[in-house]
Amino acid sequence: MKNRYEMRFSGSGGQGVILASVIFAEAAIISGINAVQSQSYGPEARGGMCKAETIISRDSIDFSKPICPGFLLALTQKALDKFLPETRENAVIVADASLNIPENAGNKKLVLLPILKTAGEDIGKAFTANIVAVGAINSLLGLFDRETLTEAVKRHVPPGSEALNEKALQAGYELVDRQMAESCRVYIV
Amino acid sequence: MQGNEACVEGAIAAGMRFFAGYPITPSTEIAEACSVRLPQVGGHFIQMEDELASMAAVIGASAAGAKAMTATSGPGFSLKQENIGYACIAELPCVIVDVQRCGPSTGLATAPAQGDYQQARWGTHGDHPVIALSPSSVSETYTLIIRAFNLAEKYRTPVIFLTDEIVAHMREGIEIPDPESLEICDRRVAGNDGAYKFAYRVPEGQIVPGWKPFGEGERYNITGLFHDYSGFPTNSNAMAQEEGSRLLDKINNNLADIIQVDEYKMEGAEFAVVCFGGTARAAAFAVDAARELGIRAGMWRPVTVWPFPEKELEEKLSGLKGIIMVEHNYGQMLREVSRVAAGRVKVEFIGCIDGTIIEPVRILDKLREVHENAK
Repeated sequence: MKNRYEMRFSGSGGQGVILASVIFAEAAIISGINAVQSQSYGPEARGGMCKAETIISRDSIDFSKPICPGFLLALTQKALDKFLPETRENAVIVADASLNIPENAGNKKLVLLPILKTAGEDIGKAFTANIVAVGAINSLLGLFDRETLTEAVKRHVPPGSEALNEKALQAGYELVDRQMAESCRVYIV
Repeated sequence: MQGNEACVEGAIAAGMRFFAGYPITPSTEIAEACSVRLPQVGGHFIQMEDELASMAAVIGASAAGAKAMTATSGPGFSLKQENIGYACIAELPCVIVDVQRCGPSTGLATAPAQGDYQQARWGTHGDHPVIALSPSSVSETYTLIIRAFNLAEKYRTPVIFLTDEIVAHMREGIEIPDPESLEICDRRVAGNDGAYKFAYRVPEGQIVPGWKPFGEGERYNITGLFHDYSGFPTNSNAMAQEEGSRLLDKINNNLADIIQVDEYKMEGAEFAVVCFGGTARAAAFAVDAARELGIRAGMWRPVTVWPFPEKELEEKLSGLKGIIMVEHNYGQMLREVSRVAAGRVKVEFIGCIDGTIIEPVRILDKLREVHENAK
């Protein structure tokens, strides 16, 4: 079977989880690694369950959806409850610190981080939560180098908002300490 | 790049300079990208009041000589059907993108499906020619939309680009071909061959009548009625017969040029997974997994979905012990496959109409089952 690293980003429509997923795909492409990104959401533009997925592989990628994700970002309780059971054993789960860990979470690496609070209070813009999450996730998983990620973010945010997003990205990085990150490293082979 | 963006970039590379449409999920990004990109290349974008008008505008632009496109999804595709028939009989080349979504009517607006397959063939009334192409990746969207324009211009007929939410909303890396390497076909202009006396008469040795810019030079008429060589309506049964059969024959006599099929691991395959469009992604995955289990599986995928590649499938039958048709509908291409394979190879079916995507494991399980039964 081909090697593939499957990431799922979930939350509520408008939280920017699709963009977070696109940024990881972009970073992979910049790094010369294959990536396929897709999403599913309801008919409403805001609110409602939203999930986005990025598959990263050095092989060609056929099926565009995760078979059993090795990573999950959950920004709402509903998303965490629904998608946690679908992740594989030892998967890394990043959930917002405001969420409750479901019982029988199984053998997963659950990391609770104050993503929404950091965006809303420290950065002062709640809509930067997705970029805070991107920084935290990459810091945790060590997928791409910092410059690559910055470039990927830059390619997908509106002109003029680069500084704000860079600040959010950095704040995300700082949410993760080294010890936490050591147990979550991912290598794309 | 996203599938819908690749569709626009490919279309522009093919020479598309006019787009009229009415946005609808999951095709909206096509209109959006056209509104940005077309003015940059000297083209025109119009958001029309509805789908009927956008199809009419595309026909008008084509008559004036532009390579023209519209994009929609199921509900809008239904509305465009009447004018698609007009483009067929008036022989005005254009490309209609249908990004298929789930269900009849408004259905599940954001979910994938492939339920417009038979509509692409028989959506507009009367016996008419149809060419429909279906891509399975973002890269193929780029190259295949170019082919759609080429076929439209060459055969002077509307070409339906039957994509789906899976491919249209997927982002993946693509390598944009060098523009110099692209084969671009422009419509043959009458007058160069001196045969333009009659706008709708096919000169000796040609497939279609040559085209001359409408409103310049010689006068001729464009109509949805059966017409004589000058384009004016006629009630002649003989003329209706001649023209009607010519419209069908220009496609049917050139199948080798029009039909394109993609094969994956079909060499020595005993079991063929047949699919089209975005479904190919799961199919290829399942074929790889089956091969690892020692099941000799392959994937056979019509890229030209109409006309259905009958002869090409026919040629595969002798080596096969089973066919599994996989599509995101209730068995629309299954009708074609079953008709061709009837009495020779058993055809199993996996379908889906609930807005989810068929997972590779469903296909793999079926492959294991047919492999077991064939022992």
